[in-house]
Amino acid sequence: MRALDLKLFRDLTRLWAQALAISLVIAGAVATLVLAVGSIRSLVETRDAYYERNQFADVFAQVKRAPKKLLEQIEEIPGVATAEARIVKLALLDMPDSREPVTGQFISLPDEPEQHLNRIYLRSGRTPELGRAEEVVVYDGFAVAHDLGLGSRFSAILNGRKQELIVVGTALSPEFIYTIGPGETITDNRRFGIIWMSEKALANVYNLDGAFSSVTVKLLRDASESEVIKRLDGLLDPYGGQAAYGRKDLPSHAWGEHGLDMLRNMSRTLPAIFLVVAIFLINQWLNRIVTLDREQIGLLKALGYRNISIAAHYLKFVLVLVAIGTVIGGIAGTWLGAYVTGMYGRLLNLPFLIFIRSPDLYVLGGALSLVAGIAGAVRALRAVTTLPPAVAMQPPAPQRFRHVLPAALAIDRLASQRTMMMLRNVSHHPVRAVFTMLGMALATAIIIVSQFLIDTTEDLINVTYFISERQAASVSFAEKRPLNVVNQIARLPGVLTAEPYRELPVRIRNGSVERRILISGRPRDADLRRIINADLHAVTLPKNGIAISAWLAGILGVHVGDFVEVDLLEGQRRTESLPVAVLIEDFFGIQGMMDLESLARLMREAPTVTSVSVMLDDDKSDLFYRTVKSMPAVSGVGVQRLSLVNYRTLLAPIETSMATIYSGFAALIAFGVVYSSSRILLSERARELASLRVLGFGRGEVLVILLMELGLLTLLAQPFGWGAGYLLAWFMRFNLAGEVMRGRLIIEHSSYAFASGIVLAAAVISALVVRNRVNQLDLVAVLKTRD
Amino acid sequence: MTSSVFTANALTKTYISGEMQVHALTNVDLEIAEKEVVVLLGPSGSGKTTLLNIMGGLDHPTSGRLFFRDLELTRLDDRELTSYRRQHVGFVFQFYNLVPSLTAYENVALVTEIADRPMRPDEALSLVGLEARMHNFPAQLSGGEQQRVAIARAIAKRPAVLLCDEPTGALDSKTGIRVIEALLGVNRQLGTTTLIITHNASIQTVADRVLFFTDGRISSERRNEKRAATAELAW
Repeated sequence: MRALDLKLFRDLTRLWAQALAISLVIAGAVATLVLAVGSIRSLVETRDAYYERNQFADVFAQVKRAPKKLLEQIEEIPGVATAEARIVKLALLDMPDSREPVTGQFISLPDEPEQHLNRIYLRSGRTPELGRAEEVVVYDGFAVAHDLGLGSRFSAILNGRKQELIVVGTALSPEFIYTIGPGETITDNRRFGIIWMSEKALANVYNLDGAFSSVTVKLLRDASESEVIKRLDGLLDPYGGQAAYGRKDLPSHAWGEHGLDMLRNMSRTLPAIFLVVAIFLINQWLNRIVTLDREQIGLLKALGYRNISIAAHYLKFVLVLVAIGTVIGGIAGTWLGAYVTGMYGRLLNLPFLIFIRSPDLYVLGGALSLVAGIAGAVRALRAVTTLPPAVAMQPPAPQRFRHVLPAALAIDRLASQRTMMMLRNVSHHPVRAVFTMLGMALATAIIIVSQFLIDTTEDLINVTYFISERQAASVSFAEKRPLNVVNQIARLPGVLTAEPYRELPVRIRNGSVERRILISGRPRDADLRRIINADLHAVTLPKNGIAISAWLAGILGVHVGDFVEVDLLEGQRRTESLPVAVLIEDFFGIQGMMDLESLARLMREAPTVTSVSVMLDDDKSDLFYRTVKSMPAVSGVGVQRLSLVNYRTLLAPIETSMATIYSGFAALIAFGVVYSSSRILLSERARELASLRVLGFGRGEVLVILLMELGLLTLLAQPFGWGAGYLLAWFMRFNLAGEVMRGRLIIEHSSYAFASGIVLAAAVISALVVRNRVNQLDLVAVLKTRD
Repeated sequence: MTSSVFTANALTKTYISGEMQVHALTNVDLEIAEKEVVVLLGPSGSGKTTLLNIMGGLDHPTSGRLFFRDLELTRLDDRELTSYRRQHVGFVFQFYNLVPSLTAYENVALVTEIADRPMRPDEALSLVGLEARMHNFPAQLSGGEQQRVAIARAIAKRPAVLLCDEPTGALDSKTGIRVIEALLGVNRQLGTTTLIITHNASIQTVADRVLFFTDGRISSERRNEKRAATAELAW
């Protein structure tokens, strides 16, 4: 066997470039697997460790005002390990570096004993001293966004009174790996911050001594979350409790999961694509080697080598490629994984990162590549074992070509001989042509998917901010206000139009499926915060009934005309049955909408508002913001367009990174397919091409003949690539869409063009590499040997 | 006195093979006249093919000079040699070297497409007696027929010289004779200077001149007073 191994070594040394190209495609499969699954594991492990170390609660509930002694009853609920009461309030902040008002969510820190649930992770400084009302710890991202250091000062309007605050610490919290301000759809550290303050001080300000407005609960390991929520709701109900919810309904946690879904989607698609392409490339490559070795195989058989030994020899070619691919892919995947994990770690505001080394992923990647390698080798190995030695020693029968079209049509004659050579070669190897096209199409498709991520985000922004939520700002109040507050706001300087908005927390139910949502009441023909349907047309709210997100309708399994049960979580807390009147298209969260007057009737109250949306005169907006900052009743001001700008700067590097990674892998596939295919073509047709050179064809002309076939297949593959890209994007959208967020299936024309451009560029580069080979054709040697 | 197509002065070709120097061609002086049919005879490795390759612009000599008419081939670069082959040289090889995906007609058209004043492919094919088979692919033709397609392809551009390296080497005698007939027919009708390398000594009788090669040199030369008719050929 030694001699055969020596042959293997020398053959591979000779074929190194092609072997490397195929190894890189295998490496792509291993790398994407290690990258995606490894990052998910590291991030989930980090998040879970963070949750655990900082005693992140399992159940959360808001209440108007409940006595602290209720906490004992809460802790007695079966399944509850521990519960912590606290005060949570929204307030307007006046940041020195921000002309618009900023919203702060104030959370109390127990003075003693120390915080035992949702422990903050101090990044710098310390917690406030007992009773020091001016001392606060601010959210780390918020501190960075506003350039706040220890000792920095800013003011807040707490319960109607302006109060100066001093930063004594910055912190992260497991409860806020992703922060979203009230009424906002996207994270923005400039516009929204978490502020922790001494419980005693906050209780003083809000007259909540001996009381709480929020409770968080840690469950025992085998507790039933839904059972605990039910009991907790029962206890909190008399105190103005809104429905309690678990982690999965906590925006921070849900958004974090959504981010991980993107990696999960990658782990489901990319490795499989690489493996399919690897199977094809190995199939073509090994088959060519066996064809060229035909006489040697005959000789080995004549010498007495058994079929199994010869087959094993050729299988080793594949094993070497799989081994090289696994090593390269493992290294690349580990490196890219660390990069992506770090990127997500920063996005998710994780205080530390635990990199999970996953040896099983390398094993799995190697094993999958091995299976793909063997699958690719089967055809060639079968040829090796079935070739009778006497036949093998003879030259192969000449290839039989056919006219592409019936001779009577004579279309053959219209094309040049070089074109005919290309067309007949393609039609002579239809399976190969199909697989070459498949490889190129998949490369195009992968890039389209990466562009889809960008396109769909842009679409989402466009629809949300320019078609649907068109207000310049929305002013929220700490408590609901009578409808005439709209007129007061409308009279403020700079306000062009003002529109009322009323939010009501409810539980919506159909049969056993229920969700906790907000119903927003707005004018029937709202013009600022418009309601749109799937065709992006504005919808007028019906006088009766409720409009709900199409996504929510899917979850509840209801259609227009069906009735849903709604538990009102405010005021009289009745349960009502409402008809679903309209399905609406929205991209963030799930919600219900009602005509403001119908909502007031439902609540059996005069129309009230919780916020007012305004359109502003840009020249006077400064004055508007200054006025609002000093209004005691205002708890927050949402400025969507500003958030949008910040969102783009936050998302851009992630989108670019992911698109670059996807495009890089796609270029790898395109290069691997074109390079390997052209080398095989060159090997098969070296004699033919050398003949042409002898006949007087120049190098360039010969290269064109060689590459025309691949060029044709690359071009023909593009429409299929577009189709496959659309399907993959559909699959990705399907995987990523959820209650937190979903986008439309939008792929711009420029994305198709970009994808094809990258693939064509990769093809051209591999063609340039092959050019050197064509230039080195040994004319004399080729012609003196028999085919 | 007819003018020379090729003039070689002290043509030498040395290969380095491992640590050995192989003298494939040593100081060869030679003139080939227009319209001449020359047969090159000699054992393997005696330098025939090396000389033919250099004359055909496929290879460069190590030293010496070679003229095609007034053109000094030994001064041409790769691109100029390609153009020389394209315009003036027709090759016929032992193993035909036809493009399998093209029919006989198309194989010939491959050359007529790039030549300056070619004949029509069917005209070239009828010169070698293959007009009836011109729409067949190489795999559908016999060895002799394939070689005649190769000849048709070589002559379709009306080359000044036809260089044939063992054109009958892979053929039985009857087929081989038809191929030689075709070559001589082309020489007669078009006046193409024809050089034929062969191991088959009986072919020498149809030539104007026979060059005998030994160890990279022309060891002797013989001029036939009268070229034998192909009907007299047998081997």
